[in-house]
Amino acid sequence: MTAAPIAVPLLEARALCFHRQDEPVFAPLDFQLHAGELVLIEGDNGSGKTTLLRMLAGLLHVGSGELRWRGAPLQRDNCAGDILFLGHQLGLKGDLSPRENLRVAAGLHGDRDGISIASALATIGLLGYEDEPVRRLSAGQKKRAALARLLLLPASLWLLDEPYANLDRTGIALVNQVLETHTAAGGAALVTSHGAVSFHGGEPRHIRMQA
Amino acid sequence: MSRPGLTAACSAMLRRDLTLAWRRRSDMAMPVLYALIVTMLFPFALGPEDTLLQRIAGGIILVTVLLAMLLALDAMFSSDIEDGSLEQLVLAPQPLALMLGMKILAHWLTTALPLIVITPLLAAMLHLPAPVIPVLLLALLLATPLLSLFGAVLVALTAGTRRSGMLLALMLLPLCVPALIFAAGAVTAAQQGLPWLAPITWLAAALVLTLVLAPLACAAALRIALDS
Repeated sequence: MTAAPIAVPLLEARALCFHRQDEPVFAPLDFQLHAGELVLIEGDNGSGKTTLLRMLAGLLHVGSGELRWRGAPLQRDNCAGDILFLGHQLGLKGDLSPRENLRVAAGLHGDRDGISIASALATIGLLGYEDEPVRRLSAGQKKRAALARLLLLPASLWLLDEPYANLDRTGIALVNQVLETHTAAGGAALVTSHGAVSFHGGEPRHIRMQA
Repeated sequence: MSRPGLTAACSAMLRRDLTLAWRRRSDMAMPVLYALIVTMLFPFALGPEDTLLQRIAGGIILVTVLLAMLLALDAMFSSDIEDGSLEQLVLAPQPLALMLGMKILAHWLTTALPLIVITPLLAAMLHLPAPVIPVLLLALLLATPLLSLFGAVLVALTAGTRRSGMLLALMLLPLCVPALIFAAGAVTAAQQGLPWLAPITWLAAALVLTLVLAPLACAAALRIALDS
């Protein structure tokens, strides 16, 4: 039940490369990502997975090659807010509760129709911890609080760097389920992961990164 | 789905930073206590001679407030860089300069405003004549946002360097000299019964200019800091 791929890919990379001190971080990449698609990015430590995601998010400038967003060159103006990035640093304020953190995020991004902060937190399994300062939560709960942001904010592309880290078995299942819901609704996601990921909708496509 | 307007985004940002400051209100008290203690040291060192203290009171208060503001300055963006909040802010569909402007406003409200509130007390401790105090407050109301804005640009430029606190002081203090001269000039003029409007207007003009340019410079500097 995935959305039929439309002609124009959501995100397209052509000979994409990133240079650090004139050294290419990874071999040139070509890929297309369509709406409703989930792609796993695989590679060893230091192969540039995080760098790639940060570049796609717009935090790093493109070294060489081309990035296109919905058919047009990717710029800050035409994709702002439509791409969500979740990195190793979760972007949560330790002194604020999950609820307050989400309120700030929704204040900047807006929220999806039919989902509230409370329901996002309940879905992600933080019921009862909504008003606890984030710094008192466990690493896995912090991760969940950050994942709740994905549920709440309207965006079509998720860039998730190691979303399974620190999560228990139910947490991992939850991430899989959230990803499936997102892609079924026409969203797309790029996910880096070391562990094996299982989806009901069949094996996701892989991008192999080489240093 | 609808994107929130600028006003809603600004108020969300402002509320976030004010809440965070309130959760750490003991940090907020530090610059105030520092200013109180430093001002108290001068009469001890120089002797409780009214005429001498009166003559230098304006300058002492201005310098003390400037130094007290420095104490809290390097925390302006550091925690947001450490926990990844800044990345999220950069990626949000809102103008980054405006959001940083809100952060600077929150910073001014939580560090400079308490200092301005205790200024009449500091002035009384140094026997500054009562009619001069409103001029001193006006000068501080214009000079402290200037310092916050200048400081924010420098904090953004030194973001990511270790122990940026000292470097920040070395870079910021020379930049503050013009603001200090105009503010002190206004206070001295008021003390001597001369017109003090001109230096105040200069301060206001500088503030307007900085208000427009500093957030843009901050945004550019922080984008560069993240792009590495």
